Amino acid sequence: MNVIEKLEKAEVEKLMAGKTIPDFQAGDTIKVMVKVVEGERERLQTFEGLCIARNGGSINASFTLRKISFGEGVERVFPLYSPILDSITLVRRGKVRRAKLYYLRGRTGKSARIAERQDWRNKPKGKAKAAAAKAAAAKAPAQAD
Amino acid sequence: MRTGLIAKKMGMTRVFDAAGRHVPVTVLQIEDCQVVSQRTADRDGYSALQVGAGKAKVKNVTAPMRGHFGKAEVEPKMRLAEFRVTDDNMVDVGATLSAEHFVPGQKVDVVGNSKGKGFAGAMKRHNFGGLRASHGVSISHRSHGSTGQCQDPGKVFKGKKMAGHMGDVRVTTQNLEVVDVRADEGLILVRGAVPGAKGSWILVSDAEKAPLPENAPRPAALKVVAQSETEVAPAAETASASAESETKE
Repeated sequence: MNVIEKLEKAEVEKLMAGKTIPDFQAGDTIKVMVKVVEGERERLQTFEGLCIARNGGSINASFTLRKISFGEGVERVFPLYSPILDSITLVRRGKVRRAKLYYLRGRTGKSARIAERQDWRNKPKGKAKAAAAKAAAAKAPAQAD
Repeated sequence: MRTGLIAKKMGMTRVFDAAGRHVPVTVLQIEDCQVVSQRTADRDGYSALQVGAGKAKVKNVTAPMRGHFGKAEVEPKMRLAEFRVTDDNMVDVGATLSAEHFVPGQKVDVVGNSKGKGFAGAMKRHNFGGLRASHGVSISHRSHGSTGQCQDPGKVFKGKKMAGHMGDVRVTTQNLEVVDVRADEGLILVRGAVPGAKGSWILVSDAEKAPLPENAPRPAALKVVAQSETEVAPAAETASASAESETKE
């Protein structure tokens, strides 16, 4: 690891202290709490939107959120590790087939919807999984006959 | 006037300040930065420190320079530079300078060799506008146009801005802010861009046009003595070894 990478890694660790960032990708709906300074006092502002792009890596990582506000499309780019972000929460996972969803910019309403991603692979857990395995085992010899 | 340091440009990155704003920084590394020689007023007519940085292979160092380094009991250096200092800011020969020499918030001047651009046209080199894209201009859209008058001067004036070699010159950038100093890694983070390519040598000194902060170490920030002794010991050996090889030759 070169000097710059090491420095960036240390910087990211410093910024991440006491914070967690969910694993998200383009297509997911994200809610961020942004620190806004008004004169003397500081308050939190919510920005909830669809993540249409993720850019960069390490300390340079950023993401773009898009939402429709009062009928007007609004996009905002946030640095992922910026100290002005109080928290990042994942609201909904979306099913998309590309990394950058810039095609949504020209669309509104029905055509701008994104289907929810279902994670079937990790779905059956605990009891449900055992039951599913039993059912599959019962089915297999029946088929063999 | 304090001495400056010789640093290596590592590249650029960003940090976030306390208010959450992002600050673009250039990372400079200080490594093996040692005082090689002193220039004194009574001997040389001016007072300055000769500082060296980097490691040079002994086989690539000329015999006179080997002697020069041997006299100072330091390892051969890749880059040497003189920094003018006042008499009260003299540092002993062989002392290793540390990155803590600069304090966060202070302004520095940096000197580097800019990236060479080769033979560049007048548009790139002097920001000329070029010729028109249409209206009968043929082939010479990026040319410089007229270079003078008619028969009266009958020549092109000296210093006329034309195409030619661009870049690879010594460039000084003044008043860059020191954002952070990481002494254990020998890193100095300087706000903004620094002339030169990555891996090139940069001379960093206190800003000429900004006041020096009170908490800046005077005459200079030195690395721990024990460490410098262990560093000096092999240097002396190599110096004596090189001296022996010279006598054999």
